[in-house]
Amino acid sequence: MNLLAPWRPASTIWDEMNQFRQEMDQVFGRWGATAPTRPALAVSYPAMNLWEDDETVYVEAELPGIKLEDLEITVLGEDQLSVKGSRAACQPAQADWYRQERPCGNFERTIALPTSVVANKVEARLDQGVLSIKLPISPAAKPTKITVKAE
Amino acid sequence: MADTAVAKKPPTELCATKANVAPAATSEVTYTPRVDLFETPEEIVLQCDMPGVKAEDVDLRFERGTLTLHGKVTPRPQPTEYFNAEYGIGDFHRSFSIPVEIDATKLAAETKLGVLTVHLPKHERVKSQKITVKAS
Repeated sequence: MNLLAPWRPASTIWDEMNQFRQEMDQVFGRWGATAPTRPALAVSYPAMNLWEDDETVYVEAELPGIKLEDLEITVLGEDQLSVKGSRAACQPAQADWYRQERPCGNFERTIALPTSVVANKVEARLDQGVLSIKLPISPAAKPTKITVKAE
Repeated sequence: MADTAVAKKPPTELCATKANVAPAATSEVTYTPRVDLFETPEEIVLQCDMPGVKAEDVDLRFERGTLTLHGKVTPRPQPTEYFNAEYGIGDFHRSFSIPVEIDATKLAAETKLGVLTVHLPKHERVKSQKITVKAS
């Protein structure tokens, strides 16, 4: 991080906005670029972590209290993933409530994947309320290594 | 609405201090789990979302009216760089003061699908007694 970056006068409002954003990014770190010890504010339920290696795209979400049969996971058009489900409300008879923080009801979220994946080889696992999805990257989207020949 | 001469004392949340979190913690960051807490005529029930915590990794204590829960999260493979990072992974910790007298011998807890449920049965002394009125 360069603390002593020279200040450049901005010419338009957009330059000024971009510069402001860059400065904020320098101070707080860019969203998504660091390990989620300081997660970005999730706007949708469920919150999802997404990462990839050369072969696979990994998606993980915390879905406590949801059975696998209550979940519907679909890959749309090779590069979108949709997770749909519902969590039953806890409705005890004759109860005085002190805290009710756990969300219930229907949810649906569709996210864009960074590359296209092989939809029929997607693996999903639900373990102790943690959903992990492995999506193999389609061969066409994998990077091709170019060998440079010396002459 | 019923008239309540004596207000029921609700369970209150206790702040986590370094002293009560640190010895059990296995991760750098400790999260506050979401809970549902309610009282029925027989018991106080707490339900807590602890995704990624196995039953044997839950440290549950009930001591002098204080219920403390600590869930050690099972480490799972994580990358160094995320494409999209929306939540962090770490232990869960929370504690509550339960002002109702609890029968400590009948405490029960279970985990299912990453949800911890704790049953705190009220002591016979504090349960409301129904009085049958006889006609004469």
